[in-house]
Amino acid sequence: MSAHPPMYFKNRLYYMLLAAGGLVALAGMYAVHLMEDHGHVITGMNNQIVWGVPHVFAIFMIVAASGVLNVASIGSVFGKALYKARAPLASLLSLAMLAGGLMVLMLDLGRPDRIIVAATNTNLTSVFAWNVVLYSGMFALVVVYLWTMMERRMNPMTKPAGFAVFAWRFILTTGTGLIFAFLTARQAYGSALLPPMFIVLSFAWGLAVFHLTQTILYAWNDKALDPAIMQRKRNLLGVFVVGSLYMVAVYHLTNLYFAQQVGFVRFILVDGGIYPNLFWWGYVVIGNLVPLALIYWPGLGRTRCVFAASLLVVLGAFALLYVFIIGGQAYPLNIFPGHEATSSFGDGQIASYSPSIYEFMLGFGGLAIAFITTTVSARVLDFMPQDKPHVTD
Amino acid sequence: MSDIDLRRRNFFKTSLGAAAVAIAPGILLFDIAHGKPQAVSGKVRWGMLIDTTQCREGCNDCVTACNKENGLSGGTSATDSQWIRKVEIKEISTGRKVSLPMMCQHCEKPPCVDVCPTGASFKRVDGIVLVDRHLCIGCRYCMMACPYKARSFVHEPVTGQNPDVPRGKGTVESCTLCVHRVDNGQQPACAESCPNKAILFGDLNDPESEISRKIRSVASVQVRADLGLNTGVRYQGL
Repeated sequence: MSAHPPMYFKNRLYYMLLAAGGLVALAGMYAVHLMEDHGHVITGMNNQIVWGVPHVFAIFMIVAASGVLNVASIGSVFGKALYKARAPLASLLSLAMLAGGLMVLMLDLGRPDRIIVAATNTNLTSVFAWNVVLYSGMFALVVVYLWTMMERRMNPMTKPAGFAVFAWRFILTTGTGLIFAFLTARQAYGSALLPPMFIVLSFAWGLAVFHLTQTILYAWNDKALDPAIMQRKRNLLGVFVVGSLYMVAVYHLTNLYFAQQVGFVRFILVDGGIYPNLFWWGYVVIGNLVPLALIYWPGLGRTRCVFAASLLVVLGAFALLYVFIIGGQAYPLNIFPGHEATSSFGDGQIASYSPSIYEFMLGFGGLAIAFITTTVSARVLDFMPQDKPHVTD
Repeated sequence: MSDIDLRRRNFFKTSLGAAAVAIAPGILLFDIAHGKPQAVSGKVRWGMLIDTTQCREGCNDCVTACNKENGLSGGTSATDSQWIRKVEIKEISTGRKVSLPMMCQHCEKPPCVDVCPTGASFKRVDGIVLVDRHLCIGCRYCMMACPYKARSFVHEPVTGQNPDVPRGKGTVESCTLCVHRVDNGQQPACAESCPNKAILFGDLNDPESEISRKIRSVASVQVRADLGLNTGVRYQGL
């Protein structure tokens, strides 16, 4: 037997995790340096697939950062004690993922050195410009919200701050959906359904990330989550997963009904190679059906099942975003309706895309930033949910 | 002469010298950049009428001229810039084939300008849609928004630039309607190079211009007219 107390190993594990996260973040920075040096030619992105894997990572993190605040809103806005106890952890996760997602988005720019230009020159008709305000405002608002919760003297302000965050995050996710909804000519986008779809997706993805973190946090602190609380939260995850599947189904069904969209839907759902595979296996089966079984199947639904379900929901999210963002660009733009087109610039052809290692390094770098922020904060501050002896609501 | 007067004279002399030193490089650079003192007129709307019946399949002269004029490599890999491209289209129901050049359509209501977060994408009052290379942050949202795939992103460092057409790695670019030539009273390179004179360039706002007269007399269409963007480039025989 070792002479060291258990705490010793935990400390070492903590620093090892931190070092691992730091290394991944560093690798991301190195990828950015190379992209800066050589240009985007070293990525898999090109003039047809202009947004690639970094955008999949960034949009996942930004959408989940908004959705995870659902936990906080149910506590602060609807006054549920069970969720109130979890609001600080939810806020922390939101800040961490927002930071990670925005970092990826900014560092993927062709000229990240000009980020100050985005802050000083604003085109009011651009939803990207609105998002600059929405994302930074969200960050500031969540910091204030967290402060009202963690500073005892500020506690009376928690409810108004919670309300503000509640409203802001709806607008923020609407803004994220609008990035695509405003694209007039692309078959995959330009639908008013996208903002509400992103909001419902954010609920499921955010809660899944919350479950993962909460389970690890409880295990780290040698605590067991009250089964009654587990039961309620797992049911909520189930409802959100069903809700998001419904929104995605309606989005494809409406497209399927429009004659000019049938080709695109066929591509995404039937004969588009990697995209239908990722959609059906990655998103529908792994990201929805298996998690639902793990949650609702009689005899399942215990802590480990919910942990696994959450992990699969996150993986499914990446699959869906890959299909949505990259598949949506791969299908040729219909510039001449009723005609077949060919050119040297990919007209009428399915665009090919093979992501490079640097894109993944940047994406995982963003995740690492979120991981480091969460890990360090959870260690130095008290983010462990403190439940009352009896759950009254 | 009093002391005070001398000091005043010296002060004027120094000020004049400093002002000259400050302004001279500006004047010099303005001259080098072929700058014009008068602003662009909003009374003009530059546009093109492309007669597809005169556009030969396999002819690439407009593309070559554009590449040469604007210092593009002429490469056609997925990461190379193509400001103008030849598109061969075939009507699915009839099999009728048409060959045409496709480039920025210089919309009256350009989606690229609407979505650009920094205002780098902008439309001049004379209808030419451009990218301000100093404001573009390389987000590529305009490329997502353009219904004509008219824009390219500079994926690599660029060399051999034409001083009149600055380009830069990490920014988005597209057909400028050869704005540097138009401002000097010349035609865009593609229009000038077409062996069949299939590209007619001119002022759409002037009812007496050749392009306006032709648009009145022949049937022409805007590509994706259903989007309501009112393009500056029209096609005949499509």
